[in-house]
Parts: sequence; structure tokens; C-alpha cells
Amino acid sequence: MTQRDRRPPTDPIIRALQRAQRSGVVSRRSVLAGGAGIAGMGALLAACGTGGTPGTGGAPTPAQDRSQDEKVVSWANWTLYLDYDDVTQRYPTLEAFSETSGIRATYSEDIEDNDAYFGKIQGQLANGQDIGQDIVTLTDWMAARMIRLGYTQELDKGNLPHAANLLESLQDVSFDPGRSHSLTWQSGFGGLAWNKQAVPGGLRTVSDLWDPSLAGRVEVLSEMRDTVGLIMLDQGVDVAGEWGDDEFFRALEVLDEQISSGQIRQVKGNSYAEDLVSGDALAVIGWSGDITVLNFENGENWEFVLPEAGGTLWSDNLMIPIGSPHKANAEALMDYYYQPEVAAEVAAYVNYICPVEGAREAMEAIDPELVDNQLIFPDDETLSRSHVFRALSPEEETRYNNEFQSVIGN
Amino acid sequence: MTIVSAIGHGPGNGPASPPPAAQGRRGRSGAYLLLLPGMAYLTLFFVFPVVALLLTSLYAPVPGGDIGQYQPAFEWRNYVVALSSYWPQMLRSFLYALTATVAAFLIGYPMAYVIAVRARGRPFLQGMLLVLVIAPFFTSFILRTIAWKQILADESFVVAALRAVQLLPPDGRLTATGFAVVCGLTYNFLPFMTLPIYASLERLDPRLVEAGGDLYAGAPTTFLRVTLPLSMPGVVSGTLLTFIPASGDYVNSVLLGNNTTTMIGQVIDSRFFKVADYPSAAALSVVLMAAILLLVSAYVRRSGTEELL
Repeated sequence: MTQRDRRPPTDPIIRALQRAQRSGVVSRRSVLAGGAGIAGMGALLAACGTGGTPGTGGAPTPAQDRSQDEKVVSWANWTLYLDYDDVTQRYPTLEAFSETSGIRATYSEDIEDNDAYFGKIQGQLANGQDIGQDIVTLTDWMAARMIRLGYTQELDKGNLPHAANLLESLQDVSFDPGRSHSLTWQSGFGGLAWNKQAVPGGLRTVSDLWDPSLAGRVEVLSEMRDTVGLIMLDQGVDVAGEWGDDEFFRALEVLDEQISSGQIRQVKGNSYAEDLVSGDALAVIGWSGDITVLNFENGENWEFVLPEAGGTLWSDNLMIPIGSPHKANAEALMDYYYQPEVAAEVAAYVNYICPVEGAREAMEAIDPELVDNQLIFPDDETLSRSHVFRALSPEEETRYNNEFQSVIGN
Repeated sequence: MTIVSAIGHGPGNGPASPPPAAQGRRGRSGAYLLLLPGMAYLTLFFVFPVVALLLTSLYAPVPGGDIGQYQPAFEWRNYVVALSSYWPQMLRSFLYALTATVAAFLIGYPMAYVIAVRARGRPFLQGMLLVLVIAPFFTSFILRTIAWKQILADESFVVAALRAVQLLPPDGRLTATGFAVVCGLTYNFLPFMTLPIYASLERLDPRLVEAGGDLYAGAPTTFLRVTLPLSMPGVVSGTLLTFIPASGDYVNSVLLGNNTTTMIGQVIDSRFFKVADYPSAAALSVVLMAAILLLVSAYVRRSGTEELL
């Protein structure tokens, strides 16, 4: 019930409302989603007002840690990204943390979009101010930017004994070698999905999307790293490796061609899931978790695979913002979620790739059916076919983003 | 009803002329005092942001800086770059807005006429019809636009029916087209067109129409020479209330269009959030504001209702 709420970066208001619409009834979700949409709009307005121009001075300095005196911690996360009990309206694992540690945890589903959230907090971070959150949860490339800009505090490994449970493949990421500033929260795949009735033969490669029989019924993600990344993989480029302009623009050319020819109906964020349901889209580049949920809610009608040439792998990362005065408390919370039993409990709810070693074994006790779910506990074979888009330099990021936006009509 | 009339009564076309200076000094300073909250509000939420917008649009990147780092400068080139890159989207926005405004006028005028003139003297019917016009506002327009998306989906009966009668080719579609975007704009802004026209027509003196008949004018001539000119203030405010927000709108294009129907609002959003290119987002906003201001003042001048501005 959560995946598709994950990463639809086009527009926070629209996404929030889509979610509201999807859930059908006025539930906690739709109310939250509406509120988030309004908050997103506020952020946009606020950012416009100040011209969105952060300070240009050196890196800010970390705040004094008052964890000893103030037993509190605030955590900003994406919607429906933590186990939640609809009956008691509480977060069971988080409550258990507060009880055992004595640290009162405030959880808010503040993050709707990496870019929009960054836009909202950047001004304060640049000045080293407290943004009111002690943990923020952002996707790899945004985590890279935060760490590069010096907007995060260095983690004290002594406070994080369970962090050793982090899956080996995630321990040394290019944007944060040795994980000194971030820890993975959850991960997911970018790959191919299709309507099983309309495309009985299924898809095996990204090129299969360009089949004339699918003309105008294909949608791809507006997330550059997934869409361009998958096309690059299709062209034999290792997206995690040392590629440059030539490889990027070769992939972008394919995208441009398929958009202008009308093969691609639309490039969009999370809302492609709706178009799969309405039948407007028959085959897509999409995210693993979305498809699990679609099948769960609308009958087993869709299938998701990693393309033969490989899929993309992204993660969201927990980080402590530079102005947070509760670093030790935040570390205690992070450490808590790296206990396999706790991680398994979260995974059973959010259905994303669990980054914690040992959670699979712990899952046996919670829901044995999920133990072999490749989308939650992928085996080595699956993981070897998924790739993390390499970190971009600021100059590259600006330039590639520019080109990508112009190809998709913006 | 009061809201409805308020929309239609621009200054100058309503009967509300201020009482003459008889009240003297005290009354006047009281009026200025009452103006204070409004002025403060506008200064804080309009003047400051516009100044910030103008300044930001001239910023230059910090040399060697990271994403989203800009410093004050006078980079006039921002405007050249923004305009030369995005004039197609700018033009498209105005074309879509114009088409939607014309369509809304053609649909909205008869509606307003029926409510204001035909249903005159039957307050209950009039009230019901007005509620029907306003009722869509009771839900979020984004939700209603999403509903349109489903109504017009490829597998919907609408598309199936249009294909059956050959109005659409067998693989034709309605969503993800410019046509759908214009339809969405028309639908969403229709009440803004209808209500001001209604407010104008509501005050139409039927004796003038009768006089037209007495002077041997046929129904079309009477309409063109009497009814339409008398409703012009409503038509002008209706078209402004439709055209201005429609040109800056991007929700319809996001939901009902695709990557070939991009409007300028989408570009500004993507420059701001996706590329963190604040100066060009600001420059585009300034250009959009200036262009709308020019278009609108030219239009108002031509239609001879300057007092509306």
C-alpha cells in the first residue's frame, strides 16, 4: 500500500491528490496527502518569495548536541513508508522504540518529492540552522548533494552497533564511502512492467517497448536516472561505471525519438500506475513496489521484471541534518531500525527492499510468504542485475538534467 | 448571489458611486485607515515577492558553485536564454488559453442568458441553475480534472463511441493530446466566464430588447445591437478571469496532456524544482506576467471598457 506513493516527483499537489483519489474514501491517507499537497504548494510559494537563493559561504558547522537533556527525536519521511496500524493509528515499531529508549519520537510524512523538499530546507541548512527534523530520508542522488554541500552531520559509528547489518552491497556507495553520513532506509528497482492481458508475450528488454504494437501506449518515468539509466543499460552501458557525455546523449536520443514519434504517450512520475489501471498505458518503465500494490489492489494483472540488460536500483537514505541538536538520539533511532527483527516488521508493511542483513530470517516469523519475494529480499542473482546510477558532479547534474527536461518537453 | 454579483460589478459599471465629500475629513481618514490592512497585505505578499522575483531573474551562478547556488548580478542574458529556449511553450500557453476562452464564451454566454433572462422572475429556478454552475467548485478542481482523465481514457466508453462513429481513428485517443488540455481548461474556467456575464445580463432591461423589436430589428440584430453591447462588461471580465489563469495553468496540461503539450507553467516548475535554475524560472515568470499585462491592456482598450482596469 505504500510503494506507489514513493517517488512521483512531477508535482506534489497532483500526486497528493492522486493518492487521495486512489484510496477512494477519506482516510488518513487522503487527508495526509491533501495536507502534504498544500504544504508542497506552500513550499513553492515560499521558495518563490525568497528567490530560492541559499547562502554561498563555506560549509555550515554542526549544531551542539543536546541529546542528553532533550530526549526527543524528529524524523521526516515519505508517506506510508513506516509500519502503521490502521486500528490503533500508531506506528508500532516507533512506539516500541520510544518505550525502550525513553526518547520521544516525532514522525512526520513531510517528504513528497526530493527536489521540492530540498528546496524547502536548503536555505536553513546553508546557514546551519535547525530545520526541526533530526533525521531526513532522501534518495541516493539527493543524499549525495546533501553530503557534498556539507548539510549532514557525520555519524558516530560507536552509537550505531547494528549498522554493521547493512547489506554489503550498500556499505560502500560512491556518494558516501564507508557510510559516514548516511544509512539506507529502503531500496527499490526500476524496470519494465506491462499489462499481462494486452501484452501476453511480455517484455524482456527496454527495446521491446518500442514495438509498433504498443505505439502510444508506452509510458516512462520522469525520473532521469531510471528512464535514461534503463535505456543506457539497454545499450550496453554500465550505469554504475565510468560513462560520459557520449553514452548519456546516445540514450537521450532514443528517448527523444520515441517521444517525438508518439511511441511514448507520456513521461510521468508515479501516476503511470493509474494509467496502467485505466488502460491508457499497456507497458511502462516503472518501479518494482508499485506493481506489487497494483496487483494487490486490482487483481493480478501486471508483471514487473528487471530487463535482461539489467535494471536500476535506488535507495533512500537516513541522514542527520547539520542543524539538528539531537544527533545521539537520531543515531539511537537509526540503530534501532537496523535490528533484523525490527527491519523485517517494517519490510512486511512497506514491501520494499530491506537493507538489513538478517531481516530475511526474521521475516520467517512474521510472514513466511514474503521471505522469497525478490522485490523485498532479492537474491544475489537479482541484485547482480540491478545497478546504481553513478554519482554525477554538480556540473553534470545541471547539464544532464537540463537536457533531459528539454527532451521531455519542459 | 452576492458573490455572483460582486464578480460582475467592476468599478464603473455598478451603481455604487461613493457618497460625495459631504462626510468631510473624518470619514476620509477613516477610509484610509481601513485601507491599511489591505495595503499591508499587498505589500507583503505582492510587492515584496515581485521585487524578489525581478531581482532573482537577474542572478548569475556562483562561479564554481554547486547546484542551486546563485549570487546577485545583472545577468540580462537570462531573459534572452529563457525566451529563446521556451518561446514555443509560451506561445502554446497563450494559444491554448485563447482557444479555451473562446470556447468558454460560446458555451457560457447561452448558459448565462438562460439563467439571467429566460429564468427571470423565477427565483427558485434561477437559484438552482446558478448552484449547478457553481457546484463544481465544491470539490477540488484537480480531482475533477483527474475524473476527466478517466472519462476520456482509451478504454472508456466515450472513446469507444467516438471510434464507432468514426470521429476518432481506431487507434485514436483523447487523453495525452492538446485537444484534451483545451477541453480541460474550458471546463475548469467555465464558471468564471458564466458568472460575470450572468451578472451583466441580470440587469438587462427587457424594455430595451422590446424597443429593438419595435424598431423592426430581427432577433439576431437585436441581440448584436442591444443585448451583447449591454453585457460587454460581463464578457470582458469573464474573458479576463478565464484567459489570465488559463495561460498560467499547468495542471490541465500535466494531467490531460503529454510531453508535446507542455505549457509555460510546467516549464517554470521544472526549471525551479528539477534543475534548480531559479533565475530562468524567475525570468520566465516575469515575461509571462508582462505578456499577460500587455495582452490584457490591449484587449481592454479595444473593447472600450478601460474603466475595468
